Amino acid sequence: MNNKYLERIYNGIIKENPTFILMLGMCPTLATTTSAFNAIGMGLSTTAVLMFSNMVISGLRNIIPNRVRLPGEIVVIASLVTIVQLLMQAYTPAVYESLGIYIPLIVVNCIILGRAEAYALFNTPVLSFCDGLGMGIGFTLALTVLGSVRELIGKGAIFGFQLIPEEFSIGIFALAPGAFIVLAFLAAIQNKLKLPSATNGGEEVPEFVTSGDLLGAFNKIEEAPASEVKKEA
Amino acid sequence: MNKMLNLSSNPHIRDEVTTSEIMRDVVIAMIPTTLYGIIQWGFNAALVVILTVAFAVLSEYAYEKFMKMTITIGDWSAAVTGLILALNCPPDIPVWIPCVGAVFAIIVIKMLYGGLGKNWMNPALGARCFLLISFAGKMTGWTVVGPDAMSGATPLAFMKAGGDMAKVDLMNLFLGRIPGTIGEVSKLCLLIGAAYLIIKKVISPKIPCIYIATVAVFTLLFGGHGFDINYVLCEILGGGLIFGAFFMATDYVTSPITPKGQIVYAIILGVMTGLFRLFGGSAEGVSYAIILTNIIVPVINLKTIPKAFGREDEK
Repeated sequence: MNNKYLERIYNGIIKENPTFILMLGMCPTLATTTSAFNAIGMGLSTTAVLMFSNMVISGLRNIIPNRVRLPGEIVVIASLVTIVQLLMQAYTPAVYESLGIYIPLIVVNCIILGRAEAYALFNTPVLSFCDGLGMGIGFTLALTVLGSVRELIGKGAIFGFQLIPEEFSIGIFALAPGAFIVLAFLAAIQNKLKLPSATNGGEEVPEFVTSGDLLGAFNKIEEAPASEVKKEA
Repeated sequence: MNKMLNLSSNPHIRDEVTTSEIMRDVVIAMIPTTLYGIIQWGFNAALVVILTVAFAVLSEYAYEKFMKMTITIGDWSAAVTGLILALNCPPDIPVWIPCVGAVFAIIVIKMLYGGLGKNWMNPALGARCFLLISFAGKMTGWTVVGPDAMSGATPLAFMKAGGDMAKVDLMNLFLGRIPGTIGEVSKLCLLIGAAYLIIKKVISPKIPCIYIATVAVFTLLFGGHGFDINYVLCEILGGGLIFGAFFMATDYVTSPITPKGQIVYAIILGVMTGLFRLFGGSAEGVSYAIILTNIIVPVINLKTIPKAFGREDEK
């Protein structure tokens, strides 16, 4: 495994986390995180679309004329979303039912189009695939954390396991205002922890990153600033 | 604090009144209605009031201690927030609910925006709406009072459901022998407190009077009862309008500072309250009207800056 590919995955999870750093795809983030289960379903289906759409668009980047690249990208993304939607309907009907309209709406998720525009159009298919995988994992993790917190406070449960009696739960957190409040708190915690990200310059490295764990390993291979889009094509 | 900011050249007038004195006056003004609520509803109401105030003050202290800020609980503003929130709760509510609300009011609505003077929404009302959405059933479970008093729903809900107007006794509404939140029911006690605040020049009667008048005109025009003074009086006395108008709409931080702006603000409040009450889903709309109008206060301030002396002709 080349360092470049690991770097892409790390970039998607921590440095340019689509939810907490890039603040992309807010509509599914806020709407589908009413429970941890829904959040994971949304995250994984988006990841599947993101990986393959990045790869296909990157493969077609020299064929698609620049003028019609947006329609071209949307056709690819929409086809992939349709595949994912039909697969989910066939094999995971429960998730399909609970996510409802938000599965077809993955087409207009700005993370997918954003990565296609910002990364896949300039990089090789394998790198783009890793970028999609990293972004997808970052999105899934962020959504799962958000969904777990909202489900715990809003319904007293995580993944459906009742931890706190229902009458002590604070219902607003399962509704739209709670989504905004929890998202703001999680983004604030992320900023406070000063994980090396695109928004805080990545200068200050906290102790645990250099202490030899996974994050530390990732940190060593980090090379260029995240804001620079590498043009390898 | 004041000495630190003493940087002026002109002979600016300096008043001796401090934030803590004003806030203490507000607390004093709310004592009659608090006592009335406690006497009418008993032990649980007293517990709600005491614990909510305690939690509000403690959470402000804890936050400031944790963030290493100056401790400002001495200015009484946290106590005022807690007290208003407690008076906005129904008397039979489980006591932990307003305590959660008090923590939310202080930490999320007030302190996260930078503390007193920087919050754009009235903390007590924001927390009340937070609780209203979270615990809809418990926040609107009204206690029935006395054998000769109105029972079941609040007067507003009673009227909204198309109840017979003749059964509404205006004297009960005025004195407070009606179901409602701990502090909103006795209009007599509230007006005594409001008079104290106006005499002490803590609040100006401008916003409350225009606000109530607008609600009166709005319900007269769109209430669907024709020219019925009795109905309009029921709308004014039946819910939290008096409490909201005198004690919450006049909050210094979240109301406009320009003279014209205050008129605009009060009229918008009145129209919003009328809209929510007559055409909205629930019978009461004062708290949502106030917090929604709080949001546009900066715009009102900006658009109503008075022209400087001698520059009236400039366009």
